[in-house]
Amino acid sequence: MEKPEIVTDLFKKTREFLEIFKKGEEFTQDLLKENERLRYKIVQLEEEAKAVKKGLQGSPVSELQEVLRQLQEEKRALLDRFKEVEAENKDFAAKYVEVEEENNNLANLYVASYQLHSTLDFKEVLRILQEIVINLVGADRFAIMVLDEVTNELTAVLTEGMDEKRMRKIKVGEGIIGDVARTGESYIEPDAEGFKPAHDLDPVVCIPLKIKERIIGVLAIFSLLEQKSKKLSRVDYELFSMLAGHAATAIFSSKLYSVSERKLSTIQSFIDLLSGKS
Amino acid sequence: MAEYNFLVVEDSPTMRQLISFSLKRIRGAKIIEAGNGVEALKKLSENKFNLILADINMPLMDGLKLLSIVRKDPNYSHVPVIIVSTEGTETDKEKGMKLGANAYLPKPIQTSDLLRTVKTLLKIED
Repeated sequence: MEKPEIVTDLFKKTREFLEIFKKGEEFTQDLLKENERLRYKIVQLEEEAKAVKKGLQGSPVSELQEVLRQLQEEKRALLDRFKEVEAENKDFAAKYVEVEEENNNLANLYVASYQLHSTLDFKEVLRILQEIVINLVGADRFAIMVLDEVTNELTAVLTEGMDEKRMRKIKVGEGIIGDVARTGESYIEPDAEGFKPAHDLDPVVCIPLKIKERIIGVLAIFSLLEQKSKKLSRVDYELFSMLAGHAATAIFSSKLYSVSERKLSTIQSFIDLLSGKS
Repeated sequence: MAEYNFLVVEDSPTMRQLISFSLKRIRGAKIIEAGNGVEALKKLSENKFNLILADINMPLMDGLKLLSIVRKDPNYSHVPVIIVSTEGTETDKEKGMKLGANAYLPKPIQTSDLLRTVKTLLKIED
């Protein structure tokens, strides 16, 4: 009785195993089929991709891509040119400022020299010189000193913003002012902003008034106007160098003129006396 | 072409010439000069001006007095006035601006600054 039960049980298990095996076979078959289908699909897609790629060449899209590439190149070139033009613009702007400054200088120089030579009256020349130094240079305190060639001393003929009595006579070679009269070289204080005079009559700027090499006096500036910020610009240096020559000529010729006028008047009086005219 | 009449009131002939010389660079500029405030008032009654430039320190009538008179005159109350002066402190500037000046230029003036100010006030384009 025991034996047939075991056999039956064995049969049962064998059947079950066969069923599982069958299912596994079916599943493997399915997998193989799916694999095949997918391989076929890949090949199909690869062919389609090739066709699409082939079809794109010469199509409007590629033409547009080419146009886009050209435009990008053009844009790059334009940006480079724009940078160049911008640099040129900056250069022009700087030049414009320079020309404006030069115009300003020329206007100042023209007016100063025009005014200085507009009269032969000594006092008028001094007044004009005073105006130029105040209005064009921006000086606050200054003195114009004339050289006496006999005593070799400088005497103030005009002062502005300071007591004329304080402007004592200065010997040629004495201090900065005297030194300028001796050498004929302009003195310009390098640190005008922090300038503190060591001596009473130490100027910020001292210009010799000279005709060729002959020194006839000096212009000594002791302080500048507040708004001038104690800064001297290029036009100031140009004005100083112009003043050195033109002011000297104007002062010299006006003095000469007044002397000759006096002499002429004396001679005329003598002639009148000799000719019996009263 | 637009015409601009300028009145330059300044006792210093040097400054008058410099200002007039600079203003001539504006196209259509016509410049009339006066040596002080009294002379300026006479010129103002004889002509029409687009802009007035005045110094402060002048004999007979100074620039600030002139400015206050001009601002009370209905014919000139709206006309731009530029004050030019050696007095360069903020107080001086404020005084001028309070009286109705449109701009204040301290001496020594830069012609480029003067032209820029005039062109701005008269809305003249370069």
